[in-house]
Parts: sequence; C-alpha cells; structure tokens
Amino acid sequence: MKILVPVKRVLDYNVKPRVKSDGTGVDLANVKMSMNPFDEIGIEEAIRLKEKGVATEIVAVSVGPAKAQEALRTALAMGADRAILVQTDDEVEPLALAKIFKAIADAEAPGLVILGKQAIDGDNNQTGQMLAALTGWPQGTFASAVNVEGDHVSVTREVDGGLETVKLKLPAIVTTDLRLNEPRYASLPNIMKAKSKPLDTKSPADYGVDTAPRVKTVKVSEPPVRSAGVKVADVDELVAKLKAMGVHS
Amino acid sequence: MKTLVWVEHDGSAVKDATLAAVTAASKLGEVHLLVAGSGVDGVAKAAAGIAGVQKVHVADNAAFGHNLPENIAPLVAELMASHDAFVAPATTTGKNIAPRVAALLDVMQISEILSVEGPKTFTRPIYAGNAIATVESSDAKLVLTIRGTAFEKAASTGGSGTVEAVSAGGDAGISSFVGAEIAKQDRPELTSAKIIVSGGRALGSSEKYQEVIVPLADKLGAALGASRAAVDAGYVPNDYQVGQTGKIVAPEVYFAIGISGAIQHLAGMKDSKTIVAINKDEDAPIFQVADFGLVADLFNAVPELTGKI
Repeated sequence: MKILVPVKRVLDYNVKPRVKSDGTGVDLANVKMSMNPFDEIGIEEAIRLKEKGVATEIVAVSVGPAKAQEALRTALAMGADRAILVQTDDEVEPLALAKIFKAIADAEAPGLVILGKQAIDGDNNQTGQMLAALTGWPQGTFASAVNVEGDHVSVTREVDGGLETVKLKLPAIVTTDLRLNEPRYASLPNIMKAKSKPLDTKSPADYGVDTAPRVKTVKVSEPPVRSAGVKVADVDELVAKLKAMGVHS
Repeated sequence: MKTLVWVEHDGSAVKDATLAAVTAASKLGEVHLLVAGSGVDGVAKAAAGIAGVQKVHVADNAAFGHNLPENIAPLVAELMASHDAFVAPATTTGKNIAPRVAALLDVMQISEILSVEGPKTFTRPIYAGNAIATVESSDAKLVLTIRGTAFEKAASTGGSGTVEAVSAGGDAGISSFVGAEIAKQDRPELTSAKIIVSGGRALGSSEKYQEVIVPLADKLGAALGASRAAVDAGYVPNDYQVGQTGKIVAPEVYFAIGISGAIQHLAGMKDSKTIVAINKDEDAPIFQVADFGLVADLFNAVPELTGKI
C-alpha cells in the first residue's frame, strides 16, 4: 500500500508571529521556517506503517514556493521514499490544495492519505476533510491511533469530551492530532541520503487546478492586548477580591 | 439570507455550542436549524424553542446517529440548495463535517469566525490567535464555523420555529462507528463553564492534582482544566487540556494554578473575563495576563484558598 503525506513549510512553532505594520499579514522575512508539526506527525505515522509492513511506499507532497523543498527534504530524511513539489508562489487555499491532492491521489492511487489536522499558520483545519469529500473517501480526523486491518482502517479520534473510534473502508483520509506519535529526528546519514532521493517538481496547472483565492484577506491585525492586573499579597486578599466579584462557594 | 445551523446535541439535549452559532447566524439572516440523528424528536422540539429560530429541519435516520461525515455531508449539501450559509459550531463535530460540506459545494470555508463584519466579511484568528485576519468571501454560498466563546449564547427558550422532516440521505456504506470513551464528569463542561480551575506541571503528579485542584473546583462548582504539560505528563486525561491544541475557553473566572503561561496555553484561555494565577515563579508569563496574581507555593496557597473561599 502506498501512503501519500502532504506537508507544509510554515513559521516555526517556537517563533512568535509578528504582524506587519501595513496590516497585510504576518512577517515571514528572515524568520525560522519548519515543517508544520502536525505534518511531521503524519510522516512519522506513515513511516511506522511502513516499518510494520503495512505500507510499501511513502510519497511526500508539498504545495508552495521553491523553498518548500526544505520541508520535503526533511520528510525524505525522516524516511519518505520520494517527493513531489507543486511549485507556486501564490497562497493556496485549502479548497485548491484539496483539488491538487485529489489529482495526485488519482495518479498515485494511495491506500491512505495522512495529513496534519491543520497548519499552524492559517489554522483552517479543512484540507483533509475537503480531500475526503472530493475523492469520496471516508475520513478519520484528529487521529490519536491508526490501525490498518485488511481492507479497513480503524481510527481513534480525539473529540470533545474524550475519544471515539471509527472504522473506515480503504482508501481513506486520516488527519493527525498531537498524541498520535512523537516524530523521530532525521539522522545525519539519512539527511545526506535524502539529498539523492527523487523529488519531482510540478505546477498547479499540471493538475488543472485554478489557485485563484476565493477568500480575500482585507487586513491582518494584532489581537487585543490583555494587560496585567494586580499582584495580591496573600490568600486573604485574593479571597476578598474574589468575594467582591461574587465568586465564593 | 437563509442560514442552516448545525445543531450539536447528545441525542436528548441541544448543546450550548449551538446557541452561539445561532447568534452568529442571526447576524446574517433567517435562522434555520438542522437536527440530524437517530430518535431525535425531543431534540428537534427543544431546538424549535431556541429564540430566533424560524424552522427546524429534522433528519431522523440510523445512518446519522454518530455524526459520520460521510453520511451527514451529502445531506447538508442537499439542504444547501435552498439555503445560503451553512453555520456550524467549531466543535470537533463541526470541524469534521463543515469542510466536507464546503468541498461538496465548491466553497472555501471560513473557519472559527470571531465576528460578523458584513454579509460576507468576518474576522478569524490565525497563528494560534497571535493575529486576527479580516476576510471576505467571494463564493456564492457561505460555509462557516463559529468560535463559541466569541458570541453570546441565544436564549434556549422563547422561540417558536416550525419543525419539518427531511427524508434525504442515508448510509454511504464506507464508514462505521465502533465506540467512544467519553469521560463522565459530574461538573460543567469546560467549554461552557462559568468557572474553570486548571492545574499545570508544577503539581508534579496525578495525586497532587486530585488533592489540590479538585477540592477547589468542587467548592466553586467549577470545571477542571489543565495545561498541555500536565496532560503530557499524564496527570489528567487529554480532554482536560486548555490551549491552542486543546479547548478554547472563556469563562467568567479562570484559575491558572502552577501554570507558567506558555503561548500555547494563553491562546486557549486569554479571553476569560477574569484570570487568577497562582505560581511561585514571580516572572512566569501567566502574570502578564492575570487580573489577580498570587506569588506563592501552590501546595500551601490553594488549600488555604479552598478553606477560605
């Protein structure tokens, strides 16, 4: 079984985003960029399925500028077999991304597509579900456990209030949540080896997908700032403050 | 504009997240609801009573019993032929279903809106709430998810919507529900609680969480929460987690106990009306957002607080 894993290059999760002063977006010049953490979990899960003998080949895909290659090289160094870069300098929305991934899924015929549940820049949480709609495949979103059993996959999902397990007919779409696994670090020899793994470069037009945005960003602003209040000296003062607000047993 | 709001329910009662979605939808136009499930007459009647609701579409079918998006999304897409906007609360169910509906309609969804600025203009958080984007849709129809803490809840009574059965849809035959482990708690749900008491890694163990955090929550009738660090350390189950990757909450009062205040955590609770922080590290970032900060050893201060409050 082949597994397709889309990955996105995003602002590193340890970097505090700064809104540009002209209100057009978040400043991405000269800041550290990394693979979206949820996508790393997707690559790791695919590798584990290959190590278990369930998967035979892992194809990593990224849609983005030439530099998105870095995320793909990381995926290859972790253990993906080959990569496809769909190169574009445009911001591509989840719906258009899903259309590109649908075209790739048609060509590659994977048994599973594993995506991050969301990218930590746009926080849309849409692409996997949209790809599932376009392919007509079932979806196991926010996965904390994935088990392939014959022609089905059972996915345990993190839902409000606990966990839920669904059984999906293959091929299927899975989106990852944080607790699915802990991604491995790529070793130096594997980073070297990844440089010679195949990486194809395509364009959205090769897949017949129009990436013109449907949603216009009017402006991007700083969130309202919360200012620090007061320090209380002891528990008695805190109790008095709380009681004044009507908070008591 | 005619909206169709997804009713989140547990088979017998309408969940609060729905009420915030109704408020958001009412800013766009006429409010219709969709109740899907198995044996949901009671839910439909309750939903029709929500203030401002004009009509409730009821799809009663065993195939809709567990909110499987493979079965629900085609039903919603069909109903959208006669509606202009699909509005779902940004719960795990709403987030699972809405994008599948959007793609079937060839619409780009707008996720987790914070406000309605115009007929097709909304604000939404990006970068974990570190920036707020104002966005405008150019699609003919809208698909929106609603951040529940950003909208007032509509009154759950006083409405007089009509109820209409929908016969569309069925089992797509590609997915099935196996089971669920839903934590049973005799306390308010995190996302709708008026008071939340959350504990962090400084507690050091699951036993200490039970000994220190739980009695204060019991005394105040509060929901229990935790930081990601406390969840990852195994002190409490993951559904306790407040933060960007957990639950987004905005109670009247939020107690952050032994929580340092990582960006991740702040993103989930900084809209709380009043934040109380207890931490022995006076430089902890949590004090930068707290209305009342107490620099103290939590193992002494919290039991004292529980005794005196």
